[in-house]
Amino acid sequence: MMSRNLILGGVLTGVFAAAALISFVWTPASVETMNIAARLQLPGAGHLLGTDHFGRDILSMLMVGARTSIAVALVAVGIGMGLGVPLGLTAAARSGGFLDEAIMRMNDLIFAFPSLVIAILITAVFGPSATNAIIAIGIFNIPVFARITRGAALSLWKREFIMAARVAGKGRARISAEHILPNIANLLIVQGTIQFSLGILAEAGLSYVGLGAQPPTPSWGRMLADAQTMVSLAPHVALIPGLTIVAMVLGLNLLGDGLRDALDPRLKVARA
Amino acid sequence: MSLLDIDTLSLAIFGKPILKRLSLTVEEGEIAALTGESGSGKSLTAFATMGLAPTGSRMQGRIAFGGTDLLRLPERAMCDLRGRQIGMVFQEPMTALNPVQTIGAQVMETILVHKAMPREAAKARAREVLARVGLPPARFPLSRYPHQLSGGQRQRVVIAMAIALRPRLLIADEPTTALDVTTQAQILDLLKTLVREDGMALMMITHDLAVVSDMADTLHVMRHGEIVEAGRTAEVLRDMRHPYTRQLFDASRHRADLGAKDIGAPLLSVRNVSRDYPAARKSLFGKPEPFRAVDTVSFDIRHGERVGLVGESGCGKSTLTRAILGLEPVQEGQITLGGEPVWTDRANLAIRRRMQVVFQDPYGSFNPRHKVGRLIAEPFHLLPDPPRGGARERAIGAALASVGLAPKDADRYIHAFSGGQRQRIAIARALIIKPDLIVFDEAVSALDVRVRAQILDLMADLSRDHGLTYLFISHDLGVVRSITDRVLVMKAGRIVEDRPTKALFDAPKHPYTRSLLAAAPTLPPPPETRDAAQASL
Amino acid sequence: MLRFVVKRLLSLALSLIVASGVIFLVVEVAPGDPASFMLGINAQPETVAALRAELGLDQSRLARYLQWTGGMLTGDFGTSYTYRTPVAQMIADRLWVSLPLALYALALSTLIAFPAGILAAARRGRPADIGVMGATQLGVAIPNFWFAMMLVLIFAIQLRWFSAGGFPGWDAGFFAALKALTLPAIALALPQAAILARIMRSSLLDILGEDFIRTARAKGLTARQALWRHGVRNALIPVLTIIGLQFAFLLAGAIIIEQVFFLPGLGRLIFQSITQRDLIVVESVVMLLVFAVIMVNFLVDLAYAAVDPRLRLRA
Repeated sequence: MMSRNLILGGVLTGVFAAAALISFVWTPASVETMNIAARLQLPGAGHLLGTDHFGRDILSMLMVGARTSIAVALVAVGIGMGLGVPLGLTAAARSGGFLDEAIMRMNDLIFAFPSLVIAILITAVFGPSATNAIIAIGIFNIPVFARITRGAALSLWKREFIMAARVAGKGRARISAEHILPNIANLLIVQGTIQFSLGILAEAGLSYVGLGAQPPTPSWGRMLADAQTMVSLAPHVALIPGLTIVAMVLGLNLLGDGLRDALDPRLKVARA
Repeated sequence: MSLLDIDTLSLAIFGKPILKRLSLTVEEGEIAALTGESGSGKSLTAFATMGLAPTGSRMQGRIAFGGTDLLRLPERAMCDLRGRQIGMVFQEPMTALNPVQTIGAQVMETILVHKAMPREAAKARAREVLARVGLPPARFPLSRYPHQLSGGQRQRVVIAMAIALRPRLLIADEPTTALDVTTQAQILDLLKTLVREDGMALMMITHDLAVVSDMADTLHVMRHGEIVEAGRTAEVLRDMRHPYTRQLFDASRHRADLGAKDIGAPLLSVRNVSRDYPAARKSLFGKPEPFRAVDTVSFDIRHGERVGLVGESGCGKSTLTRAILGLEPVQEGQITLGGEPVWTDRANLAIRRRMQVVFQDPYGSFNPRHKVGRLIAEPFHLLPDPPRGGARERAIGAALASVGLAPKDADRYIHAFSGGQRQRIAIARALIIKPDLIVFDEAVSALDVRVRAQILDLMADLSRDHGLTYLFISHDLGVVRSITDRVLVMKAGRIVEDRPTKALFDAPKHPYTRSLLAAAPTLPPPPETRDAAQASL
Repeated sequence: MLRFVVKRLLSLALSLIVASGVIFLVVEVAPGDPASFMLGINAQPETVAALRAELGLDQSRLARYLQWTGGMLTGDFGTSYTYRTPVAQMIADRLWVSLPLALYALALSTLIAFPAGILAAARRGRPADIGVMGATQLGVAIPNFWFAMMLVLIFAIQLRWFSAGGFPGWDAGFFAALKALTLPAIALALPQAAILARIMRSSLLDILGEDFIRTARAKGLTARQALWRHGVRNALIPVLTIIGLQFAFLLAGAIIIEQVFFLPGLGRLIFQSITQRDLIVVESVVMLLVFAVIMVNFLVDLAYAAVDPRLRLRA
């Protein structure tokens, strides 16, 4: 079943992914060339989305910025899934045991640090960079995936087909890999989409306060930070990057909802 | 004029017809039973009468209650009617009550929402009505929460809510299906008493013919959204004009042909086995007292024997099953199969491959992502040298054939099969490594009577033809009686009686066994057989 | 109930100990010595050593950790390396901005989300539901700092109803201060309200599918009565968790919004301290935020027990 959400979300996400990929080989203008004479131009024929305070082409900057945003969010989701899912599976397989308790306590501990505080601590120690933004967002993704994996896996462990597999002599690790993981894959894909969109927002926030990708790498958050002082002179320099972030996040959320409905209407995904 | 007169009621949900021109009447002071297999539309008839049919329902016809057509009544007037004139009792008492409100508040709500009396009077009435359903205020104050009560007690609260304003009609939708047999008998007695004392009418929905034949004045047999036979209960039981009615009764009474079998040497031996679970602490610094789920249990199962294990929920039969299968260790005693322990420091795989299990839920016991061939071959994992390639295919085909399915079914997914077929596949999975012992854990409890009869026949065939030994665990005495040579009765972790099936059912010794047998509703003996021409009319 | 509280208190204490350890260790490995940073690159080694001794940096790590945590227990957070004033005083000043802001935003978010979520659930599939869901879909996609910029553009620059930033202090009068916090609170609250409304709706819809709602209808309650009397209180259980998480987020997440509006809150304090390598302030502010999160979760657990009688017994 192809829902409207799925199509709209897929198209929006596809457009941004394509823009990011195309930016590797072509952009309408160079993002490094400054042209003070042509600064703060409104969207028009010469520059489709206008220029910023240094006269750089906004469309080109957005395309290259998409690269940063997507890369940061994607790797952060990868970290969260790569560590969180095995931890969650282990906790569920050892439910009630020492490992379960230890993993869940660790989760709670990470949850106690708001993601922004983690980012600030990391940048306080290692200095601001895109890599550190990835680590900060990624660390926060680990307990999200661990918790959702454990919850879903626990309810599967109670099912009779798992009991049947145990009667067939299979060990916990093998059951986790063979029976549990494939049955929660849909859930993880949907949660992954949502964490991806949260990652885009978090990256924008961090680079807005200067803790993300450093100049000259263009990033959506810093475009907004730069635009802040010009907002009364040229509202479009703030409006356009902001709407871009909204469209990207909206697209991913719609894709997540659409995937959830298409894959399994009974899936419960945490939207916090 | 009948109290309830349903006339040519048709109901479709999102265009799919569910009830087809259904007519029935219920008189004041009378118990009318609506029976049929799952999907026959009997519960939906109840909800349609309450005006609570699911969204997307479209109805035609008439549901006249005391002369008023409920289908044409505005929602506001329908709300006034519900709870005051028509009460309802549901199947699942564990979820039918709001967990965050006291039972007093929930019973009083029926009274207060209809503004039938002031608050203090409503409180007094709530106490009175709870006492009437067997929850005296001294032991069950209004301040109790649902989670502090057992399933049977919760069902009493639901009944109290339904009768608080003395409705003229009470609808009970499978009110005892989720309860143990002794609790079931008590709840049925309570309903009968209420009907007799208050002159209330009762419309009772149930799949259990034994329950119906015991208490109903009229009987309506439903199938595919239609009533195929209706009349006074005694007459319906005597005449059985419709073949479907006859099939239902025959299947309910069905006894599998076990045949005589040679009983060999002891196979499974359970010796003084106990299993404790850590329990919640009573006080903060007190020592937690463990809960003994299985208490010094001993018995043997011999080669070729077919043994039943009966007991009510919480008696420890599931724990004992897990211990026998070697899924969990025991604290005391030993379980051996053919002389080898099933658990040493860890599960003994060499022993485990000689036992298999068939579970209750035909929907939950298969991984939905695998094909049938892979599903039933899973126990091969236990073998040191499992068959491969052609040998594997042949083994899968043979296992499917032995349960009456085709070898080509191996290539289909599990969702393509009905509940009965799934149970056959579960048996094929158990048979594939030719185990010495199969444990049937409530294996027919979720099936409709006619399918259940077929699966019981299959078990009997397999035990006769393949020399199968099995342990059949069930809460249903009738089924256990029809499929076993010997029965173990379990109560509070102990085996209280262990005797040959016939002897135990004919002359139970232990008082608990006697109370179980007394509580179990029974079907009347079959009417003498009429010729086929008359039966098919 | 007592057992429940005691057990929660023990785990709360344990979390705080571990969290303080983690924060201390992370800040310890930070490159750069505060003393040399404060004195500049041309400072004499002897001066640096003297300053290190004065700041207590020459003691062992364990001693410093115990001194730091022990001090916090008595309300002594140490002395700022940069300003030479008590950290506790600095934090208290900033808390007078951040805490009211977070509470203001939380109140707004809850006031918007509850009616919206309940309305959407009650009118499931109808225009009101579709409208609310569309608005929340947009709400969760908007970065709050950009939303803040747009609010400034419209309400401060164009309409001139509010000032674009800054905080007059509570001495300027309650309403003047509250007015200065209004745009930041809206910017923080709306995206949170969108999330909360979605959770309220889905939680309520789950509850409305429960058997006991059907029981209530069978008693003669109207759909609306069943929703309010039996639905909302049960639906609050998952919603409470989110409100707890949101408060923590609002306190820490205000960091970015404080930048947009130039508010002298905890967020700006932490940024200043990082650039000046005033690590003792960083440590203490982060610890305070973590303490707030853990504390709020504890209170949410207690609130659970108040809402759900089943939890009062088990722990």
